[in-house]
Amino acid sequence: MPTIGNAQLRLLEKLCNACSVSGDEGEVRRIVLEELKGHAGDVRVDSLGNVLVTRTGSGPTTSLRAGKKRLKVMVSAHMDEVGLMLVADDGDGLFRFEIVGGIDLRQLPGKAVLVGKDHLPGVIGACPIHLTTAEERKKIIPLDTLRIDIGPGGGKAKLGDRATFATRFQRNGPVIIAKALDDRLGVVVLLELVKNAPPNIDLLAAFTVQEEIGLRGAKVAAYAFNPDLAVVVDATPANDLPSWDGEDNNSYNTKLGLGPTIYIADSVTFSDPRLVRHISEAARTENIPFQFRQPGSGGTDAGAIHKARAGIPSVSVSVPHRYSHTAASIARLDDWKNTLALLHAALRGLTPELLTPDRA
Amino acid sequence: MTDITPFLKELLTAPGLSGYEDPAAEIISAKWKPLVHEISRGRLGSLHGLQPGVGKSPRPSVLVAAHMDAIGLMITGCTDGFLRLTQVGGVDPRVLPGTLVTVYATGAGGRQPIPGVVVQPQSHLLPPDIGTGPVPLEYLFMDTGLPARSVADLVQVGDVVSYAQPPVELSGETISGHTLDNRASVAALTVCLEELQFRPHVWDVWAAATTQEEIGMIGVTGSTFELHPTIAIAVDVTFAKGPGANNWQTSPLGKGPTLCMGPNIHPALHKAMNDLADKLEIPYGLEYSPRHTGTDGAAMQVVAEGIPTLVVGIPLRYMHTPVEVVAIKDIQRAGRLLAEFIAGLTADFVEKITWDD
Repeated sequence: MPTIGNAQLRLLEKLCNACSVSGDEGEVRRIVLEELKGHAGDVRVDSLGNVLVTRTGSGPTTSLRAGKKRLKVMVSAHMDEVGLMLVADDGDGLFRFEIVGGIDLRQLPGKAVLVGKDHLPGVIGACPIHLTTAEERKKIIPLDTLRIDIGPGGGKAKLGDRATFATRFQRNGPVIIAKALDDRLGVVVLLELVKNAPPNIDLLAAFTVQEEIGLRGAKVAAYAFNPDLAVVVDATPANDLPSWDGEDNNSYNTKLGLGPTIYIADSVTFSDPRLVRHISEAARTENIPFQFRQPGSGGTDAGAIHKARAGIPSVSVSVPHRYSHTAASIARLDDWKNTLALLHAALRGLTPELLTPDRA
Repeated sequence: MTDITPFLKELLTAPGLSGYEDPAAEIISAKWKPLVHEISRGRLGSLHGLQPGVGKSPRPSVLVAAHMDAIGLMITGCTDGFLRLTQVGGVDPRVLPGTLVTVYATGAGGRQPIPGVVVQPQSHLLPPDIGTGPVPLEYLFMDTGLPARSVADLVQVGDVVSYAQPPVELSGETISGHTLDNRASVAALTVCLEELQFRPHVWDVWAAATTQEEIGMIGVTGSTFELHPTIAIAVDVTFAKGPGANNWQTSPLGKGPTLCMGPNIHPALHKAMNDLADKLEIPYGLEYSPRHTGTDGAAMQVVAEGIPTLVVGIPLRYMHTPVEVVAIKDIQRAGRLLAEFIAGLTADFVEKITWDD
């Protein structure tokens, strides 16, 4: 059985520290391609930059009902992360920037960043508190007053370069703190699934691009793969903090430490109930803790995949983590481990019968 | 001149909030030991190093003070494993969400640093009137990611929280990190002590890395009384021009230290330093402080019967954020200028500190 050990942690560290803003996923793509060497027959990079991997099953076809083929199962995780792009040069190492993907403007001031393919260090500062008034501090620091400062001279940064938060991966016992856990946690899980593909299915793994700006890589990947069903592996927010007024927090999306989260409904996808049932049953059978994500807003690549071609039954399974799209998100090792265990168990148990028209 | 950057980087990775300066003091003490004749701690924790002068005893003395304490946060409570915070020194809560921090825990698990992040709860968990506006510190948390029960055991109210942003070198020989205010000045003072190794000086030189400046210039007050110098010089950072800061209070980054003038500074000392910088062609800027400089200098001036005081500034961007920026050159120039000034102090210099009325 695949699991998360030191090798996978080192890989996650490498992936989280890499910079891979939507549309510029080259650094993560290189790591993914390197990891795939020797593990998959067919690996290609499509026109958007998705990495598409096919691992044909080798299971005994005699176990299949006459006339039924092995299921073609697409499993996807996105390689891109939210970030910044340098859009105007103020001179002397100061650059204006725009946001790529959903970043709360309140998360930007006072952060170190890495710019461009060479990871040029820079910072986003803020006016000293001494020079602000109480009235000014009641308003957020607007984007058009922030700059990326890479120091006088400006080094080798240029307009169009992407930037990410500079946060370095750290682990403290059961806790992982890093940037871009969304969705590098999923990328490692998907790599492990490819390396340990169960023989009963044809595994079609998509390491997608441009998820954070509208699920764009997944759309064409799903078309190209034309799978029977799809499982998306992502990282989903755990909004399990206390409420300011001491009231119960009934709108937490997911909770850290309760295991992988199975999606039933989000703002772009209603998961296929047969897949939801199959995965939750696999969890119960294997004694793997899991939680249902509270139905509500948000979405994953499943939003694009389930509408591809004539429609593709889809479900998402995510690792819960806190503070997505900020400089430092937090996840627990066990939730991540159990996500891999659950997905592997669910894939192992997939048979063509699952998709019979009877959805009841 | 030796490269001060490695020492500065080591110092920037040490905590040392106001009142809890020991980790910084240990690093500075190790660096200063070979540079001074004797080293000790003052009653309120400031580090004092003496380089005796070659003049006839009793000699006049100069105290050069740079505060070593850092701003930061302190734990006020714990709710379901999420730690509540207050500030130590001036912190704009708008720079806090997403900031890496370390809590120096002293609870049942013993003394240990625990990494975490200052986090901003989702808007539905905040008072509705906050909306997309800035979130006040009382509603932010520090999250370690550990299970609630562990956090309650490990961390206790009053534990100090330091920024954990590692220092990083930027282009143009600049460095970014937290607590460059005022470790940059400690580095400048160290450069000064190094320079003075090779320069005989008539006066006694007291170097002080002072405590609790950020909460009201507390440490320096005791040190100045104890050491009772003839003249005093405060080295502190000043506002550099940069994004969000371009008014008259700001000085260019990398164009030399600033010589401050105003009521906290004795004009005769200011003029002497000014003339020296001109003579040596060390670039500098002039800084104007119409009332209170907000530095150790303001406190030193009014110790005992009053002490002629000078304030030297090192321009720094983004003061009190985790990503302050200074130019290494400004640190070196400040250190050299201080050393030259001290080496040039003659036995009768005191007589020149007069009022030019």
